Amino acid sequence: MKSRKTIKVDYLARVEGEGGLTVKFKDDEVVDAKLNIFEPPRFFEAFLRGRGYSEAPDITARICGICPMAYMMSCIQAMETGFGNKVDEGVRALRRLIYCGEWIESHVLHIFMLHAPDFLGYEDGIQLARDHPHDFQRGLQLKGIGNDIIRLLGGREIHPVNIKVGGFYKAPTKQELSSLVERIKWAREAALETVRWVATFPFPDFEQDYEFVALRHPEEYAIIEGNLVSNKGLDIPISEFENHIQESHVKHSTSLHAAIKGRGAYCVGPLARFNLNFDKLSPIAREAARQVDLKPMCLNPFKSIIVRSIETLYACDESLRIIEEYEMPEKPSIEPTPRAAVTFGCTEAPRGICWHRYQVDEEGTILDARIVPPTSQNQKAIERDLLHFVKKNRGQPADKLTWMCEQVVRNYDPCISCSCHSLKLKIDRE
Amino acid sequence: MAQGPRPKLAIWKFASCDGCQLSLLDCEDELLALAQEVQIAHFPEGFREVIKGPYDISLVEGSITTSHDAERIHKIRQISKTLVTIGACATSGGIQALRNFKDVGEFIRMVYAKPEYIDSLTKSTPISDHIPVDYELRGCPISKYQLIEVMSALLNFRKPIIPPWSVCMECKRKGNVCVMVAQGIPCLGPVTQAGCGALCPSYNRGCYACFGPKETPNTSSLSSWLRDRLGMKEAEIVRAFRGFNAYAEPFRKESEAHEI
Repeated sequence: MKSRKTIKVDYLARVEGEGGLTVKFKDDEVVDAKLNIFEPPRFFEAFLRGRGYSEAPDITARICGICPMAYMMSCIQAMETGFGNKVDEGVRALRRLIYCGEWIESHVLHIFMLHAPDFLGYEDGIQLARDHPHDFQRGLQLKGIGNDIIRLLGGREIHPVNIKVGGFYKAPTKQELSSLVERIKWAREAALETVRWVATFPFPDFEQDYEFVALRHPEEYAIIEGNLVSNKGLDIPISEFENHIQESHVKHSTSLHAAIKGRGAYCVGPLARFNLNFDKLSPIAREAARQVDLKPMCLNPFKSIIVRSIETLYACDESLRIIEEYEMPEKPSIEPTPRAAVTFGCTEAPRGICWHRYQVDEEGTILDARIVPPTSQNQKAIERDLLHFVKKNRGQPADKLTWMCEQVVRNYDPCISCSCHSLKLKIDRE
Repeated sequence: MAQGPRPKLAIWKFASCDGCQLSLLDCEDELLALAQEVQIAHFPEGFREVIKGPYDISLVEGSITTSHDAERIHKIRQISKTLVTIGACATSGGIQALRNFKDVGEFIRMVYAKPEYIDSLTKSTPISDHIPVDYELRGCPISKYQLIEVMSALLNFRKPIIPPWSVCMECKRKGNVCVMVAQGIPCLGPVTQAGCGALCPSYNRGCYACFGPKETPNTSSLSSWLRDRLGMKEAEIVRAFRGFNAYAEPFRKESEAHEI
């Protein structure tokens, strides 16, 4: 075999945003692997300064069109915690419900259109649809139901308008929510079928030693609140995040790289949540995992597609539970009572924890903001996977190996637009 | 369609959140039908294969914020027969155009850890500042129904029907009670282009102008309302116009008129 120099993908397809990858060889040995991110930064933290707290959810939503809910909810949680405001149980349930809608929509998009084509050898979802029309149609409909939930509660799928600090502008009636039940029941079946379908895919034999980080909540599969835990001893309130995790600015990326102090790369997202919170999944979701022989600790990143399907099933199941128990809150929102505070928010975006910190004055005007999206946290783990994967598979033909490298990146469902929302130097607050 | 090869569709991304191109993948009921009518030739968010240009229809998302992108958009224009910008970033510079109002030198020193790694222009500008554009779709995000309308109009060689009137017209048609008149909620509906279906007022909140200015908007009259009848401060009026279409000319001028 001729000796290799580099594997290079200039523009990664089937990921959200602009990035590429480079793997370098020296004397036929792999020496370096990089996820290159060249998405232009957009400076959200800078222009949040001077805006009112009530404007922040709609502004931060624009960091990402795929997971706006994650940004809105982390921001809202931060503001309400800072002001000492507590919302009605019904409002909390609606937040969890609309977030389930985002999980379904985002996960299904990734499973069917972005990730499954890799396993089955297609360039894209439309090509896959030609040979697997039944499966692809099921995916489209399932995705549509996630969007239906977001649209009913939020007004529209992308950048919903009905969400604010304090609650909702308008709460749906029980009857309006009930109109979704039959479709979500179908979706739950479709999700179960999807779990079984993706479990039949060929998975490369590839396991890595990860530190998984996710929110954990005593009563539920954590989505909208919890403590930060890991399988290597991390167990902290979200306010301690900056004491344990640091970000650095590297040349090949317009997104900052995050690492756990003293330990390095870590992994957030579906695999982390599944491994750390398996006991909090609903019985139906746990049973589906058992049927396909998947249990914690799952250390094969390629199997994240199965985990996404299981989480989709869970999100459908959880949506049905919430709708069943829903009582329309007396008021759709409470009046926030701003006060000066440094405050934190963290929720589980489809791709993993989305962490926010704000400093606000007594009127709730933002003085400083910091936002750490999931993809910048996964960058180091992605690069390490690439390096190890290529070491193990360097005998493969170039075309195949390049495609597999792309797949290694897509395992994380990276959202590059998110990760480049800004570049931020710390001098202004240290 | 007449016999012959299917028209080639390309989607291009500049500084943006990806939401507008996601609208295409959100067309769950129409996506497969569309894929039969056009050849999806360049759409990296969803498709690995790239088919060489020229392209019959190019949809452009995002604003121009780097010198590299300022060059790239010219190349895209050259290889595109019809070019449509999609969304607030592409048509007005988007939320990232808020940088355009800042003291840029200080701003960059404040934000960049290692400025030498980064190529970023001082302003975020709409595509039409750089090249001629055939159609513009407004919205943050766009309406997927307007996207389908534009696509089917182009495929059938007719002009797209994109109403230029205000959100107020949509409220009246929906039978919404005016949130500003009846409840005193500040609303930018009177100066904002229709297209969303009067979404915010339908959810009992004021419009925040994510579709940008309508044709010949009377922004100063609305500002007087906001100030004199609803008691908004000048700084709040500035912020109201500095949202997702802050750099669209009528909004830019109105916000500057209220800056102290």
